[in-house]
Amino acid sequence: MATGSDEVEPIGVRFFGKMSASISHEIKNVLAVINENAGLLQDICFMADRGKPVDVSRLKRIASDVMDQVRRADRIVTAMSRFAHSADEPSAATDLGELTALLGVLAMRFAAMRGVAVQALAPSAPVLVATFPFELLNLLWICLDCAMTAAGPGRMVELVAEKTAEGGRVRFRSLEPPGAESVADSALGRLSALPRVLNATIAADDTNTELVVRLPQGPLA
Amino acid sequence: MRVLLVDDELELVTTLAERLELRGIAAEWATSAEEALRRVETNTFDIAVLDVKIPKVDGLELKKRLQEKCPGMKFIFVTGHGSARDFETGASEVGADYYLVKPLNIENLIAKIKEALQR
Repeated sequence: MATGSDEVEPIGVRFFGKMSASISHEIKNVLAVINENAGLLQDICFMADRGKPVDVSRLKRIASDVMDQVRRADRIVTAMSRFAHSADEPSAATDLGELTALLGVLAMRFAAMRGVAVQALAPSAPVLVATFPFELLNLLWICLDCAMTAAGPGRMVELVAEKTAEGGRVRFRSLEPPGAESVADSALGRLSALPRVLNATIAADDTNTELVVRLPQGPLA
Repeated sequence: MRVLLVDDELELVTTLAERLELRGIAAEWATSAEEALRRVETNTFDIAVLDVKIPKVDGLELKKRLQEKCPGMKFIFVTGHGSARDFETGASEVGADYYLVKPLNIENLIAKIKEALQR
């Protein structure tokens, strides 16, 4: 674990396992779709061998579908690689915008299973903080997980990374009042030592409609 | 034989349905539990092939709801997950032989469908 802190290692291992299982599930789905398309091509070839004319437009659609799945797999594997490398070492310049975008991709399937939409809004400029990227992702995931539970089916949770005088913050929007306070309580109950290791604070905003994670610019503790 | 395929992967169920049709098996599909429940209101199916993990309502819960509407319906579970817990839960519902892991082999799927219908 990059922090060297035994306190956050168990929660980090659970996080890594949960995300890896979700990613493997997504890849399995991609393989399943490609498998059926390849099977359909075999079926078409089999019928062509027996004299049935081949519908070329159908073949083009199958090829296009397979390429779509390859692009989908590439997005998944790219996110997986970035996620895996987030545990490499502490970073003096972690972009909160990039991190929330990655979290949005990682959380996509969890959100879909609950009927919740998640959108990471790109900041206009990089929001750089010195932090432990993997542990911060873990912390943000737990906050998002609690926010999605509070939001419920049919709602959207937006992730907004912003620069502050102290460093940066991530806002979880679209919570019904007075939801944010209870979401913060739920998150804090699950975060173990992560807030302390990251020097992060987690609290509802003044209107009690947003959960806000605040981070110092650095240096790392 | 009429088969209902339920999976939130649209392209998977549509292609699988097409391949089953080519083999003389009438297949329809749904990409959500709600859609599956609507389909059985207007159509009769002998068996449902359900993804264990579908949005909002999981496959196990969907099986219960479908059974209430269609008491004679048989079931096969399909999953992309390989976790031991999922396997135990799914296998306890339909039997280990009828809990299939993606990607599917269509001939194996058809053999399992036929077996399940003879139980």
